[in-house]
Amino acid sequence: MDRRPTFVMDVSDLPTIVFRERNPIFWGNVLYMTIEGAMFAMVFASYFYLRTRSTEWPPGVNPPYVWYGIANTLLLLISVLPARWIQLRARAGDLRGSRNGLLVLAAFGAVALIIRGFEFPALNCRWDTNAYGSMIWAMLILHTGHLLTEWVETLVMIAFASSSRMEGKRFPDFDVNSDYWYFVVGWVIVMNFVLYWAPRFL
Amino acid sequence: MAVADPIIASPSERHERLARTWSDGRGVYGWFTNVHHTTIGRRYMITSFLFFVLGGILAALIRLQLARPENHLLDPDKYNQIFTVHGSTMIFLFAVPMMYQAFGVYLVPLMVGARNIAFPRLAAFSYYIYVGGCLLLWGGLLLNIGADTGWFSYVTLSGPAFSPGKRVDFWAQMITFTELSALAVAVCLIVTIFKHRAPGMTLNRMPLLIWEKLVLSFMVIFAMPAVMLVSSMLLMDRTANTHFFNPAEGGDVLLYQHLFWFFGHPDVYIIFLPGAAIVSTLVTTFSRRHIFGYPGIVVATIATGFLGFGVWVHHMFATGLPQLSESFFTAATLMIVIPTAYQFFCWVATLWTGRPQLRLPMLWVGGFFFVFLIGGLSGLMLASVPVDQQVHDTFFVVAHFHYVLIGGAVFPMFGALYYWYPKIVGRMANETLARVHFWLFFIGFNLTFFTMHFLGLRGMPRRVYTYLPEMHWASLNLIATSGAIFMTAGVLVFLFNVFWSREKGPIATANPWGAGTLEWGVSSPPPPYNFLNIPIVSGREALWDDPPHQPVVSGLRDDVREMLLTNSLDAEPEGREEQPGPSIWPFVSAVVVSVVLIGSIFTLWAVVYGIVPIIITIVGWIWPTQREASQTRSHEKWSVAP
Repeated sequence: MDRRPTFVMDVSDLPTIVFRERNPIFWGNVLYMTIEGAMFAMVFASYFYLRTRSTEWPPGVNPPYVWYGIANTLLLLISVLPARWIQLRARAGDLRGSRNGLLVLAAFGAVALIIRGFEFPALNCRWDTNAYGSMIWAMLILHTGHLLTEWVETLVMIAFASSSRMEGKRFPDFDVNSDYWYFVVGWVIVMNFVLYWAPRFL
Repeated sequence: MAVADPIIASPSERHERLARTWSDGRGVYGWFTNVHHTTIGRRYMITSFLFFVLGGILAALIRLQLARPENHLLDPDKYNQIFTVHGSTMIFLFAVPMMYQAFGVYLVPLMVGARNIAFPRLAAFSYYIYVGGCLLLWGGLLLNIGADTGWFSYVTLSGPAFSPGKRVDFWAQMITFTELSALAVAVCLIVTIFKHRAPGMTLNRMPLLIWEKLVLSFMVIFAMPAVMLVSSMLLMDRTANTHFFNPAEGGDVLLYQHLFWFFGHPDVYIIFLPGAAIVSTLVTTFSRRHIFGYPGIVVATIATGFLGFGVWVHHMFATGLPQLSESFFTAATLMIVIPTAYQFFCWVATLWTGRPQLRLPMLWVGGFFFVFLIGGLSGLMLASVPVDQQVHDTFFVVAHFHYVLIGGAVFPMFGALYYWYPKIVGRMANETLARVHFWLFFIGFNLTFFTMHFLGLRGMPRRVYTYLPEMHWASLNLIATSGAIFMTAGVLVFLFNVFWSREKGPIATANPWGAGTLEWGVSSPPPPYNFLNIPIVSGREALWDDPPHQPVVSGLRDDVREMLLTNSLDAEPEGREEQPGPSIWPFVSAVVVSVVLIGSIFTLWAVVYGIVPIIITIVGWIWPTQREASQTRSHEKWSVAP
């Protein structure tokens, strides 16, 4: 302010490395997940909307083969443990622990992506077979995009953790990276029900 | 610590240090690296206004074509392209980018007492990606392969069977560009408001414009994904043989309309709420009193945000929906009048009980009251299903939404541009020219669009390139076209005023209007760091309510771009954050994303090929130099020692 100021508050002692809701990157990530969550919700809503337009479901094709999907969901559920471990180590400022956790998480991501490769043929129809096929392919591609994004982000975090350019402010990034991992795992559970079980029970 | 003690160092010494730290790059290369919010906000304003002018030129062509029956100035194909690109430009390239991004990016950090926007590189990226969308849509038009299926491009007309070629694809992918831009700005603005408010600016002291930007950002976050999804589905139906909207293969055309309007109606409020917030700001300043009913206006803004998502089906009354849904959405549509009317009454009460001054920007507030009220009333008529069925797809609807959108957005926008012109440019705009501009625009607008109500009631449908003399629509159309000439003249006067006053206008003081919000506490135009000292706020109108010896914060570094972090509810200081400086990567990233998105119109494999280049640009964006990293490490401080 340019009007004769009175200095009444010294903030020089405030921390520069802060976690959770104190950190802008936490909010940025929450908002990003909200945007993506809205996208997922609308894809699922569209799926059920199309269901109401058809007497037969799935229309003219077999339901997807379930076991790859179940295996991937279980794998991703277990991956929550290293994700949580990373958060605890990052908040303690433990670089080696965080890096090890990130390496384990990246391994989980790589396996999940490989299994995902088997899930597409297991859908039992192509994207151009009918609207149902288009919808389930869109759903799986959308989630795979998120899984891939999160996996690449984890690799970038590993690069930071292994680099001479590592800064303290990356620890909150490691912490937030796990939040996004939970988000990807959460949607895989929902998607598992919609993709594999809805065609069998609706 | 390399920081000048503010109590010991002179203001000019600190000014120099801060200016050195916060100044963005210069020259051609530097232009593409700028990340300060005032620069990005100004660019948004200039670009979106340019597209307002271009969209207006298309509107003028439409009016010239319709000025007389059986006119052949434009052929049907050109006419289709022109009205499609006109509508798309005005909504996606002008209204939202101007009312939301431009004003939001420029004003929010200044109004909350911050030195920059949160995630400044993301804000810069949002601008370049928006420009990519502009070039795509207009590139198509200039090559005579412009989108031609209306601004909402309904299937089945826009599907592969009825619109072969690439025209609709330009439109569909332009949506991805512009909505990506709006979403990025939403994240930047929410985090700025949550984390960078000046100490003391508790939630109940936030300026109404900041409340509106907060609500609006959440609306963007929930609405924009719907249109990105639906335009992507359309694109896939056209390029990858999917069948989302193909009834022959189990797809559904109404799914398109549901998803589109789930975005489309909130978008109306995304355009109108900024107008309402501008009116609240101007009415407060020029009534010389705090706004009447502040808590109620905040609740009304939030209520509008929620209700805006519950009315989308009223755009689909003519599609044969079940009567129960029609009744529900009629009721919801009528309900949304309540918070808007509440705001109207608060503005009137503020003016009534204040000491109103009819300064220049207030002319536009008066115009807004008149025009938007008429638009609101015809909206009430359209909310009724029988009336809607009768006038559906006629010029009555065209009249209604121009009254709402021009009344709700363009009138407040001009008011806002005159109000903040001195802050942005540093000089006052010429009052005489501005009054000429207002009256030309106001008279021209009403001549053009009030007439359209009657054209609609006489059965003239939208989107026809000409009509027969026997229809007896010629006189009214000629009146409408003459109004367009007045509006064009008004905008030309405005442009002349902007350029003339920039050189010749009287120098503006920091606070020429005697306003109360924080942006008026800094020089005009603001210095590169915004605030020499971060203020401590003690009232809703910070400059009116603060004690004469402004209490301020000390201890922020001036050798790095350090920002104060405060908590979301009470704005109590809780940390410091070093912001990244200028960078070319947001621009490079936007170029790569643009190439990938445009490539995907031709082959969806472009998305696959594009993954690696996109990753490289994002890593470049966040990867610090060795010097930056060691500098940051040198003054890190943990909240709890690890």
